[in-house]
Amino acid sequence: MDGWFEFVLARYNYWIVIVLMMTGLYIVFARGNLVKKVVGLTVFQTSVFIFYITIGKVAGGTAPIYIGGELDHGDGHGKGQGHGEDAGHGEGAGRGEGESLHAVPEGEAANVLSGEHGEETLASKIDNLPANDLKAALESLDPAPGPAETPSLHEPPEGDLGKISNDALIDTSKPEPAPGFDLAREVHGGAANALDAAAAHGEIIYTNPLPHVLILTAIVVGVSTTAVALALAVRIREAYGTIEEDELEALNEMAEFGHTLGPAGARG
Amino acid sequence: MNLIAQLPALAIITPLICAPITIVLPRGRAPWVWATIVSWLTFAVCILLLREVAAGGEISYHLGDWPPPLGIEYRIDLANALVLVLVSGIAAVVFPAAYRSVKPEIDPRQSTFFYCAMLICLTGLIGVTITGDAFNIFVFLEISSLSTYALVAMGARRDRRALTAAFNYLVMGTIGATFFVIGIGLLYQATGTLNLADMKQLLAGQTSRVVDAGFAFIVVGIGLKLAIFPLHLWLPNAYTYAPTAVSAFIAATATKVAVYVLIRFLFTVFGFDFSFMGAAFTWVFLPLGIVGMFIASLVAVFQDDVKRMLAYSSVAQIGYMLLGLSFATVEGLAAALVHVFNHALMKGALFMAVACVVLRAGSHSIQAFAGLSQRMPITTWAFVLSGLSLIGVPLTVGFISKWYLLEAAFAAGHGYASFLIVASSLIAVVYVGRVAELMLLRPPAQEGPYVLPKRDAPLSMLIPMWVLVAANIYFGIRADFTGDIARRAAEALMLAAGGAP
Repeated sequence: MDGWFEFVLARYNYWIVIVLMMTGLYIVFARGNLVKKVVGLTVFQTSVFIFYITIGKVAGGTAPIYIGGELDHGDGHGKGQGHGEDAGHGEGAGRGEGESLHAVPEGEAANVLSGEHGEETLASKIDNLPANDLKAALESLDPAPGPAETPSLHEPPEGDLGKISNDALIDTSKPEPAPGFDLAREVHGGAANALDAAAAHGEIIYTNPLPHVLILTAIVVGVSTTAVALALAVRIREAYGTIEEDELEALNEMAEFGHTLGPAGARG
Repeated sequence: MNLIAQLPALAIITPLICAPITIVLPRGRAPWVWATIVSWLTFAVCILLLREVAAGGEISYHLGDWPPPLGIEYRIDLANALVLVLVSGIAAVVFPAAYRSVKPEIDPRQSTFFYCAMLICLTGLIGVTITGDAFNIFVFLEISSLSTYALVAMGARRDRRALTAAFNYLVMGTIGATFFVIGIGLLYQATGTLNLADMKQLLAGQTSRVVDAGFAFIVVGIGLKLAIFPLHLWLPNAYTYAPTAVSAFIAATATKVAVYVLIRFLFTVFGFDFSFMGAAFTWVFLPLGIVGMFIASLVAVFQDDVKRMLAYSSVAQIGYMLLGLSFATVEGLAAALVHVFNHALMKGALFMAVACVVLRAGSHSIQAFAGLSQRMPITTWAFVLSGLSLIGVPLTVGFISKWYLLEAAFAAGHGYASFLIVASSLIAVVYVGRVAELMLLRPPAQEGPYVLPKRDAPLSMLIPMWVLVAANIYFGIRADFTGDIARRAAEALMLAAGGAP
């Protein structure tokens, strides 16, 4: 019973997704008001956004904003990969600024990790949820050049600044930098190990940024869909004087057959 | 920079960049001329692509030079090169005719936006076809769908029902797209990649409920966009009330692209190793295809609106494509691909003929077609010829489609299916014959709203229409061209899917 309860609780985000998804779909099907239908669609789409964000979560990972030191001590390419935002990132980036590119300040990395480390739920979370994500991410990286050959974030090759930023993006676009991989393979062994070891390597675990990026795109699509749907609802209101589906159907049937069909006809 | 190497990007960029420019052009002919030129350019790019692929094999284009599993990849093999040529070709034919056809049908203030939306729709359809990235497919699918909703709604000037049709289409289309994106999310969870080819490798041997659920979501999601028989409810109204040029364009392209996406996911991503494939073919696509063929054809017989009749016939034709691919053989898949191509040609031609009638008669009711042969003989014969093609009369593309399908049905041991194909074609004889009889044998209306002047459609519409009719006959005689490409494409797809070649 206890295990079952934990099983449900540990996946609370998936339950939210399912409940929202079903609620949204139900609203779309059950409500006759066009605007309510649009609301239902939006709820339905929002559940998918949450689902994607759930996929991207790596237990113990920090926000996928590069904090291991500044890549851009040169002036030209600072804006290239959105490092402009680092300014707002506070301590990490601020302190990193002075450091050399090649060494991540160990203390800082540890700081980041230990913050998450303390959380009780962490171990159980890692046991259950993100195993998929991590493993999957790892496997998907296999065909890519191994981290050993790739210049990691922390050892950018000199001279080719443009390339640095490229590689940085490739690295961060997957949840785990090199040493994390081996650890993540043993992720069932416990998150604490992974994090400890990652900290010892001076590695920072980032959450997977790709789902976030995808969902930003999906949000844009969702917003435009909502906008078009509402614009259509406005036009329908202008043309028909109503946005209730059964009344619209009755009006359409009047136009087509000269009389209404079904129960809506009683009102027409 | 070698321009040939950049062709895959150009196919997208050309219409995408040119679409917003349309809005700033002065109203009148300018946006139409611009959109037409762009559609021709895109068509040229796609033909070059097909030539490259036919000669040199698969093209893999790395967008922004990011290597594939991480970056977005455009991957063009014969299957999607064929669909690319089809989509851009239909655009290149429909756009020139759009001006005269659409002028009385939409609000003149919307004319610039109309061509902008048409170009964006074209971009989306080409993007769906060309890309090798799962999430990219979703984005392009929504680009094309959103513009289609707007285009359908523009038919409101003639009939306000276009608005409710567009709204229903939007709701169904969005649910479909969201299902699709849930499916992609599940597959991403199982593989950690969005690249289709990469996904295939990582999915190999995986059996988990995550993948199973992803498969189900993707099939239902595409099924909605594709208007597979019980999910087709948005289609008849959308095609009926859209401006006729839009009907011609989307009837010939949108569902075809969705069929392509379905084929791509079934054969390239999942393959025959996947446990649900056999069941999906035997218990979903085969029965739904057959049921769709019959029910939609029967419904088409009883329609009093020619556009709606053609729309139901489209649902029935999708049934043939599903039937073809559900055989899961090279012949079946090739038949489905050939029919994708051929059906676009015949439906394009038929809707263009209806567009000519709508221009002169102001209605697409079947009454407006009475005695048409005495009023608009050129349009009448175009309709009759492409109608014959829809039925599957020899020397037309429809015959080639049916021939390939029958052959595939026998080869796959579904002998009864060949009987059903012929039987449902007979229903097509009824609904096409009904209109043909009215056009050829009845006297034209002497009074009432359907009195037509003896004047055929303008040349700008007749020429594109006859180009499509000629294509119907040309590819019906020179069947080796499409047949050969479709067969090679099908062989490659089957090989990738791990089936017996």
